[in-house]
Amino acid sequence: MTCDEVRGRLAPYVDSELASTEMAEIEEHLRGCSMCATAARELLQMKLATRVAGMLYAPSSEFRLLMQQTLHAKDKRQWWSFRLPKIATAGLAAALLISSAALLREHNANEHELTEIADLHVTDLASSNPVDVISTDRHTVKPWFAGKLPFSFDLPELQKSEFTLVGGRVAYFERSSGAQLLFSVRKHQLSVFIFQEEPRSFSLHAGTLISTRLALHMESWSEGGLRYFIVSDASSADVHALSEMLRKVAGS
Amino acid sequence: MPMFGRLYNFARWLTQDSSEAEDLVQEACMKALKGFGSFRQGTNFRAWMFRILRNTFLTSRAGLRAAMVSLDDDEAAPVELAANGTPESILISCRDQQAIQRALEALPVQYREVILLSDVEEMRYQEISDTLGIPVGTVMSRLSRGRKVMRELLTEASIRSGSRSASI
Repeated sequence: MTCDEVRGRLAPYVDSELASTEMAEIEEHLRGCSMCATAARELLQMKLATRVAGMLYAPSSEFRLLMQQTLHAKDKRQWWSFRLPKIATAGLAAALLISSAALLREHNANEHELTEIADLHVTDLASSNPVDVISTDRHTVKPWFAGKLPFSFDLPELQKSEFTLVGGRVAYFERSSGAQLLFSVRKHQLSVFIFQEEPRSFSLHAGTLISTRLALHMESWSEGGLRYFIVSDASSADVHALSEMLRKVAGS
Repeated sequence: MPMFGRLYNFARWLTQDSSEAEDLVQEACMKALKGFGSFRQGTNFRAWMFRILRNTFLTSRAGLRAAMVSLDDDEAAPVELAANGTPESILISCRDQQAIQRALEALPVQYREVILLSDVEEMRYQEISDTLGIPVGTVMSRLSRGRKVMRELLTEASIRSGSRSASI
């Protein structure tokens, strides 16, 4: 391939949109051509920087609450208007809102965090490069995060288990950086997210939380100032088995 | 509400205004709820949701304002990388999140949306094509042009900050 041919394909190359043979041809050219390699590196850096900088805005909790109430009300409206006179409906709704406001706020914050984490997992699996460091070796993956994150963590020995480490990448949750580790078990993928509890504190309580949303099993807990999340379409038993292994190594 | 946060982020980048973004997300969610029957099972739900949001944007005040800026997509000429700005200066700008954000803000919306869908939402070209209702070839040319403009904006920003620090 000539430099001109390579330059014309650099964008689909960094977007992983080329066939594997073409990707290999370009890689071979880049190994021998520093000009094209620099151009490719620049494009990739800009893409990765945009990925981080572009996730800038989060909906306010008031708007989130309003939307949940609106969507919920749309489902229930007919039932309310049929059963109760208007004034009674308004009074009851107000009473319900006041008494459950605090509970709802906490519930919504939890919902919000778990949904965002589940989204991160699903979006990641749909992406063309789910991991930035590809390795089954924990001694390769863990050091890769050094300097990229403001904290460190330990990974369990997997040799005697059914789990395989696929790799990792830096994940972003409401503008704080954390680790995302991808594991697999019997063709299912599991994401483990690790974030610092401080300075952003999660509204989830410190204990273990088990949840199922959109057919994904989730488990979350705190350990040593870090918040862990596991998300997967694997069985809840698999999710729990991985959480036990992580907890064991973090606690040791 | 799956994808709520991501839809809001996209809406905010499109409208560049928090209350317009809220209106947009709200209207799009209502349309999605109403038109869920038209969603074909087995097709891409994410592309379907983003498409509703983006089509709603096009008919909004902010969308109509943005549509005044027209782009010449059809030119198939390959985009050459700009010669100005050393690679080092671009790489330094890439470490500056605010510089990237300012460059994204300054892009015409047709470039901004395609870059956001590709780089932030990590959609494949086909998925972007489904979301925006444009051919894959147009997705590629808009991405190339958008990134070229963004590179120029980053170069300018890095030259400006360089001359500022030199004058101190």
